[in-house]
Amino acid sequence: MWVVCDFSSGPVVLLWKGNQIRGNMSGKPVLHYANIRGRMEPIRWLLAAAGVEFEERILKTKDDLQKLRTDGFLLFQQVPMVEIDGMKLVQTRAILNYIAGKYNLYGKDLKERALIDMYVEGLADLNELILHHEFKPANEMEKDLANILDKATNRYLPVFEKVLKDHGHDFLVGNKLSKADVHLLENILWLEELKPDVLAKFPLLQSFKARMSNMPNIKKFLQPGSPKKPIVQEKDVPAVLAIFS
Amino acid sequence: MAAKPVLYYFNGRGKMESIRWLLAAAGVEFEEVFLETREQYEKLLQSGILMFQQVPMVEIDGMKLVQTRAILNYIAGKYNLYGKDLKERALIDMYVGGTDDLMGFLLSFPFLSAEDKVKQCAFVVEKATSRYFPAYEKVLKDHGQDFLVGNRLSWADIHLLEAILMLEEKKSDALSGFPLLQAFKKRISSIPTIKKFLAPGSKRKPISDDKYVETVRRVLRMYYDVKPH
Repeated sequence: MWVVCDFSSGPVVLLWKGNQIRGNMSGKPVLHYANIRGRMEPIRWLLAAAGVEFEERILKTKDDLQKLRTDGFLLFQQVPMVEIDGMKLVQTRAILNYIAGKYNLYGKDLKERALIDMYVEGLADLNELILHHEFKPANEMEKDLANILDKATNRYLPVFEKVLKDHGHDFLVGNKLSKADVHLLENILWLEELKPDVLAKFPLLQSFKARMSNMPNIKKFLQPGSPKKPIVQEKDVPAVLAIFS
Repeated sequence: MAAKPVLYYFNGRGKMESIRWLLAAAGVEFEEVFLETREQYEKLLQSGILMFQQVPMVEIDGMKLVQTRAILNYIAGKYNLYGKDLKERALIDMYVGGTDDLMGFLLSFPFLSAEDKVKQCAFVVEKATSRYFPAYEKVLKDHGQDFLVGNRLSWADIHLLEAILMLEEKKSDALSGFPLLQAFKKRISSIPTIKKFLAPGSKRKPISDDKYVETVRRVLRMYYDVKPH
């Protein structure tokens, strides 16, 4: 049975099945997550960089997460989950790899893919530190930030500065935009929110950042009103932690 | 003649074990350089061949690859264990992500205190039997095929077998209640390359012992207490 509902964003056709409305006949990917960056943010970035519009179902309470679980939509009972091309994909890497592969952001052959994976995995290690930072207790924040900045400026940023220096190209791999560039930009900008002069010793990363930020899809994603999420406000932390408790 | 891949790591499982499994299953012989002293490690660091100053590192096809996932993805792709298209790859990535999370809970196990080992063991068994094994049992049940993806051996099957065996080392009847996984385990274990890897004398590493822990702590100067997950 087809039901046409009038939502504020325009008429939407929903498929009524049993006692559940399964949304989204628009064909756009649907992202299921809390209203935070967390593990979904790299996915939002990559879709945006690829010029792919998407919808989001925001989890507000633990019940919202529980419902996804009891509906059998989460293979390992966890989010992120992205509905895309008839699949309900979980596991951040699986989702990112699929998007990168589909939208030609994964290099031209196995060896380029290996380089991209190496860079992305290194950045994912850094990102893992950063994404937890906003949920640290107040008395741990300073030490945590010092550790993040130490790792960023001594282990990760120098690597990417050197990669750009060694080949002199605009992009990290194959002289072409890939998910490695997108993930590097994401992490650079987040680091700058924590310490504005974090790129002081990295001139090539500074020009990389300027170049990447000006690419049309990314420029659009960096505007207010885009799906890009802000850093969580302290007052909202307990509610978010409750979802995942 | 192509040189064999060379694996740089400690003489133990850790993060390198999944790589050993995948190479072995693909029938690829490899060599190993074991980290044993701090001096050796510092030489490696100074040589600049560890991109993020970490191991695992695998020399393969002229590259010095680091980051476990990057290495595994490359091997899987090269030896046709990564599905036939993007969608099969997505399924494989998803399934490997689950077994990676599960085995990840056991990475720090050798470093835990006796009391924490008991707690962590219970935690991992609970996760395996309530979250992960049911998911893979259902995958096999739904399509009724011998392999997880595409009716063909892939990295996902090899990784799942590794996880199953690891769990059975902690609880010998971990697969009770999962008849399809039991049959799966027998089936995948009897694949010739894997059977060979499971036999004595292969490069498969035993459960990490105190000597391993001592070596890692010494080489990495990792003297802090390791907490359970």
